[in-house]
Amino acid sequence: MPTEHSSAATPEQSAERRARQRWMSILAKAEFSDLDTLWNNLPSKPTWTVVRLPEIGMVMARGRAGGTGQRFNLGEVAVTRCAVQLEFGAVGFGYVMGRNRRHAELAAAVDAMLQTPSRRDALERAIIAPLTLRLDEKRLNRSRKAAATKVEFFTMVRGS
Amino acid sequence: MYVAVKGGDRAIENSQKLLDEERRGDPRVPELSLDQIREQMSLAVDRVMTEGSLYDPELAALAIKQARGDLVEAIFLLRAYRTTLPRFGVGEPIDTAKMAVRRRISATYKDLPGGQLLGASFDYTHRLLDFALAAGDERPVAEIAPEGVESGMQHVADILDHEGLIEREDPDDENQPVFDLTRESPRYPADRAARLQNLARGDEGWLLALGYSTQRGYGNNHPFAGEIRVGEVAVEFAPEELGFPIEIGEITVTECEMVNQFKGSAQVPPQFTRGYGLTFGHCERKAMGMALVDRALRARDFGEATEAPAQDEEFVMAHSDNVEASGFVQHLKLPHYVDFQAELVTVRALRRKAEAARAIADAAE
Repeated sequence: MPTEHSSAATPEQSAERRARQRWMSILAKAEFSDLDTLWNNLPSKPTWTVVRLPEIGMVMARGRAGGTGQRFNLGEVAVTRCAVQLEFGAVGFGYVMGRNRRHAELAAAVDAMLQTPSRRDALERAIIAPLTLRLDEKRLNRSRKAAATKVEFFTMVRGS
Repeated sequence: MYVAVKGGDRAIENSQKLLDEERRGDPRVPELSLDQIREQMSLAVDRVMTEGSLYDPELAALAIKQARGDLVEAIFLLRAYRTTLPRFGVGEPIDTAKMAVRRRISATYKDLPGGQLLGASFDYTHRLLDFALAAGDERPVAEIAPEGVESGMQHVADILDHEGLIEREDPDDENQPVFDLTRESPRYPADRAARLQNLARGDEGWLLALGYSTQRGYGNNHPFAGEIRVGEVAVEFAPEELGFPIEIGEITVTECEMVNQFKGSAQVPPQFTRGYGLTFGHCERKAMGMALVDRALRARDFGEATEAPAQDEEFVMAHSDNVEASGFVQHLKLPHYVDFQAELVTVRALRRKAEAARAIADAAE
């Protein structure tokens, strides 16, 4: 999970920030088709104003020499960002790798809605939990296929 | 002359139409989709993203299609597109220790914690053409283990580090800027950040050949593939308006840590030294070449003789970029009519002078 930068935050602010980091991460990593389907199934959707139109740009990805040392610029990743404001409330941001404008706008809208306490639990159940499940499944599936290629050097000598 | 320019225009236009038609090939054969390229030519996509210096599989697939499979041309296309996009900022360094590993091998330890995971690899294939594939790919099915790979797999270098047997790679000062060759001109001597960025964008063939040259004795550095790992890592970025980092997605990367022979000093007893390679996607050969060349370029840091081409950082870095190299070599195709006329005048004058000198010599005999 992301690391914290600022140290001057109350425990509540820190918890709130971690919660937001988690859902923003899920919204960004989700397949657009999954997010889109879940979004379309939502019974009620608020209206919002687009504060910043979806914009395609880049973020420079960095590595470290030896994995832990001197930082260096590896190359850029394509990113789309968007900001929306709900009619009576929160501003939400979407930062999503790739060039799908709708993905960034939906991520921003859900981010804004999740900041609205009255909506949070329902949205967690309707969108974040299923997306998390899909991502975990995908990762586990890849990981189990990799695990099947593990070299077992000592299989031959094992036994009583 | 003006007329000649107009003639050139039409020829260029028609040449491009012909190019489009030849790219498409026989129209009776179904057209390639970007999805097909992305899914079935994925290693080409990975190379184009790495050397094109932009992680976007769809764009890399488009570049490959447009370039008719010419990967250096595709890299050029991606680099050109890259220049049209704004940069939102710089991400946090990726953490390869937290990689969701899909392949991980070490040539230095048989029984390393977490084990050797072959993943999907050409290494143990027989390199025999598969005519069954030519007849049509029956849906292949990978084996699935009951459990996944353990998470947070330790780097092999950390194992050696516990005994102090390998040089440490400590973080630099977070408040210092990191050299960026897309914004600044190269300076020599270059720091490691500049070298690694240059090599990460560098041509695979160039790094492969230079790495190979070090193995054959031109700047020998006795390498072992300490670890090669491939998998997914999160990209984190702290937007100004949020003030804290968020994950914006995941990228696949290949990492190679080469373990090389010893260096010690009065203060530090002999230790293994390191060379590092990192690429987008699965570019294993490139990551290994990069790690060999990174180590060779550290010769100066270790007080080693710098006699081999792979140890000459200006030579290596100034010629690693295939977009620049291709541009400069291929510019020779552009009209040089006036230059050549001047050379003709010169060579004729030289010949007249030589003939006159020979005539005088003949007369003197």
